[in-house]
Amino acid sequence: MPTQPTPVLEVKHVTKRFPGVVANDDVNLTLYEGEILALLGENGAGKSTLMNIIYGLYKPTEGEIYVRGKKVEMKSPRDAIALGIGMVHQHFQLVPVMTVAENIMLGAESVKRGLLDVKKVAQEIQELSHRYHLDVDPYAVVEDLPVGVQQRVEIIKALYREAEILILDEPTAVLTPQEIEGLFEIMKRLQSQGKSIIFISHKLKEVLYISDRIVVLRDGKVVGETTPAEATQEKLAAMMVGREVILTVEKEPARPGKVVLEVKDLKARSDLGEPALRGVSFQVHEGEILGVAGVQGNGQTELVEVITSLRKAESGQVIINGEEMTNASPRAITQKGQSSHVPEDRHAYGMVASYSVADNLVLNTYNLPPFAKGIRINRPAIIRHAEELIEKFDVRTPGPHTPAGSLSGGNQQKMVVAREFSRPIKLLIAAQPTRGIDVGSIEFIHNQIVAKRDEGVAVLLVSAELDEIMALSDRIAVMYKGEILDIVPREEATRENIGLLMMGVKRGEKVGATS
Amino acid sequence: MNQSSFRRLLRSLLIPVLAVLTALAIGAIIMWLAGDDPIAAYKGLFQGAFGSKRGWATTIRKWSPLLLTGLSVAIAFQAGLFNIGAAGQFMMGTVFSVWAGINFEGMPIYLHLPFALGMGILGGLLWGAIPGILKVTTGAHEVITTIMLNYIAALFAGWTVYAGGSQGQKPGPLWDPAAKAISQTPPVVESARIPFIFGPPYRVHWGIVLAVLMIFLFAWLINKTTIGFELRTVGRNFKAARYAGIRVGWTVILAMMLAGALAGMAGAIETLGVNFKFAPEFGGSVGFEGITVALLGQTNPFGVGLAAFFLASLAAGGAKMQFDSGVSTDIIQVINALMLAFVAAPAIVRWLYRIRKAPEEEEGVPKISWGGG
Repeated sequence: MPTQPTPVLEVKHVTKRFPGVVANDDVNLTLYEGEILALLGENGAGKSTLMNIIYGLYKPTEGEIYVRGKKVEMKSPRDAIALGIGMVHQHFQLVPVMTVAENIMLGAESVKRGLLDVKKVAQEIQELSHRYHLDVDPYAVVEDLPVGVQQRVEIIKALYREAEILILDEPTAVLTPQEIEGLFEIMKRLQSQGKSIIFISHKLKEVLYISDRIVVLRDGKVVGETTPAEATQEKLAAMMVGREVILTVEKEPARPGKVVLEVKDLKARSDLGEPALRGVSFQVHEGEILGVAGVQGNGQTELVEVITSLRKAESGQVIINGEEMTNASPRAITQKGQSSHVPEDRHAYGMVASYSVADNLVLNTYNLPPFAKGIRINRPAIIRHAEELIEKFDVRTPGPHTPAGSLSGGNQQKMVVAREFSRPIKLLIAAQPTRGIDVGSIEFIHNQIVAKRDEGVAVLLVSAELDEIMALSDRIAVMYKGEILDIVPREEATRENIGLLMMGVKRGEKVGATS
Repeated sequence: MNQSSFRRLLRSLLIPVLAVLTALAIGAIIMWLAGDDPIAAYKGLFQGAFGSKRGWATTIRKWSPLLLTGLSVAIAFQAGLFNIGAAGQFMMGTVFSVWAGINFEGMPIYLHLPFALGMGILGGLLWGAIPGILKVTTGAHEVITTIMLNYIAALFAGWTVYAGGSQGQKPGPLWDPAAKAISQTPPVVESARIPFIFGPPYRVHWGIVLAVLMIFLFAWLINKTTIGFELRTVGRNFKAARYAGIRVGWTVILAMMLAGALAGMAGAIETLGVNFKFAPEFGGSVGFEGITVALLGQTNPFGVGLAAFFLASLAAGGAKMQFDSGVSTDIIQVINALMLAFVAAPAIVRWLYRIRKAPEEEEGVPKISWGGG
């Protein structure tokens, strides 16, 4: 770090209020030239709101923003871009069917005699990618590119607009470990060229690895500032959540009982009509957690959908509590099969964003007493139920009438978990239960899953996070290309042997055998 | 009602109200450009609709079909479906009810009238079910199928009363031989006519009360029943609806049947309460105006009621406007079309009046997502 750092961006006493919520409360933040500043916080802590203020999307209710010592007032991202601020959103803002060059010039088109000058832009892109080692083909169509490369396109887009300050919003959430490595290299290179970066994350390891300084946000306030040298994962987690967080899950050994879910030689096709399940068989017992590990796209999604009857089984059987339930109605699976399902994609399946929290909490029980008598809905009962669950599962919402879509991701997931965990069940199917949510909520949901197991519920846990599988499972099934390659007892599982299975290498086989 | 939902209600009123005012303003500009006097025109319009007992009576009489077709479009909207077919469903309601109404002479009114009304509702319901079934079984989009079914319904209705041709073409089954070369049905018999609340010259009938009751039935169904919960869930997120165990296919068909039943009821009430017979030109544009009504009313039953009343007053006041100011009643079609454009594209209104979106709307996840999801 230089001895006399120059601040390039200063946020002074910024407060942002939404009806019923203070999203940012007197926030002060300084970004120095050429540094990587990590902004750490749980979902709903106000990180995104703060970044949207800096990027001109929101106007602060109170407070001021200075860029290079000058007070600025931004009306839209256009002003922010003109001031040299660039943002890479978590959800990419790219047009899939357009080329890289077309995407990059979108909104900043180069025009020659009234026509788009793609050639000139492509040349500039090549210069940029050369300077920052951001390898991208300007003429490639975006939808053909891997996610990691698409992210590079977003970064080039910002650099093309001459950004000096880069905001990266949860950039690693969508990347594979190798792509994350690549991103970090790019960030270091940008830094060495004098760019200043705000890196938003809630992954503690990454923050400690890449940043120069760490600012922690909680409940809209800055609660601390530290450096990787001073901090540890435990300390950062505690700052984020406001209390000690136990990063490992504590649980007693499982006491499995009789079989609750049995899947026999299940076959099904993917949305594209290709075989996704090629004869899957396993059993889940009372009081145990069966973890399903595997690289994404090996049939885990289809497996859960077939068991919950959201997808048709081509052949094979699903037996719940001794009863054949193959291709039964989804309602029969939940109500007759006494099962719960935390879906992988909570926005698509788990909730109705425009519905209130209260309505979402009865999404699959609205027709049962006490919420309905005949066809009449009993609204007071629904509200009471919501108030109870909001309290019990610590869902942070202004109230039961708030639209679920306006909650943070972590709180939306807590809402889904509250609904699915609060009724009497024998089988719990949890798919990616902690995807994209914060440490505090993860700890909470993990403990809830273990508690269900200890009540005697059979748990099928599907997760792309190997750490999660290792922490929770009593047995681990590894899926590879639509098959369960092996089921390993937790005691015998290591990151190495599970990792090999995830790559399609069976136990006893040599590593080179399949490649 | 808590405070935030009250504020949301006010916000939801903002766009329609501004759409109406803007449409009226542009209508005035058009009249002014054409050399007419917009103030005199609007004055005539208002007086025509509300300036006399007869004006009021006409407004109220025209209210019922707009209200019912508006509710028809609105209930389909609640389930995420765009019912362009209210016109055809209205037509089938008309044909079914007129068939029941011109036959069965001698049946007591307490049987005949409900039967004729019920037949009209059934006709619309069945006609609405077709696009629902097609959507669920084949994936055919309801916008396309309902438009096609509108043509079929109009031509079918025309055939039923066809007077026959000089080259030996056979007349339709409902044609009135007494009408000779005119294509129309015999009059509806007395026992199938909806009684008047205020007789001629006002001709305000009890069917209007029935239509208004539908507002409350709609509100109850949508907000207070499991059926309404299912309709709304399917409309807002059909994947979540499947996840929740709702039978999505059946719900889609049900929504279209309810939409058809409402439009069919509109046709039946017009036949049994106003026209007392059917001729092909009776269809009018009421089915399409239902779309304007539903959007202007923001698919809320009470909003639909207000919007329908407003459109009814425009229709009722038109004649006096034309008489007083010389402005053609066509200008009312222009204003209707402008209103539809503004409520269908609220961004225009927001831009015109610099209205910011509600915070919960701007808070959400960015809409541009990956893979067209």
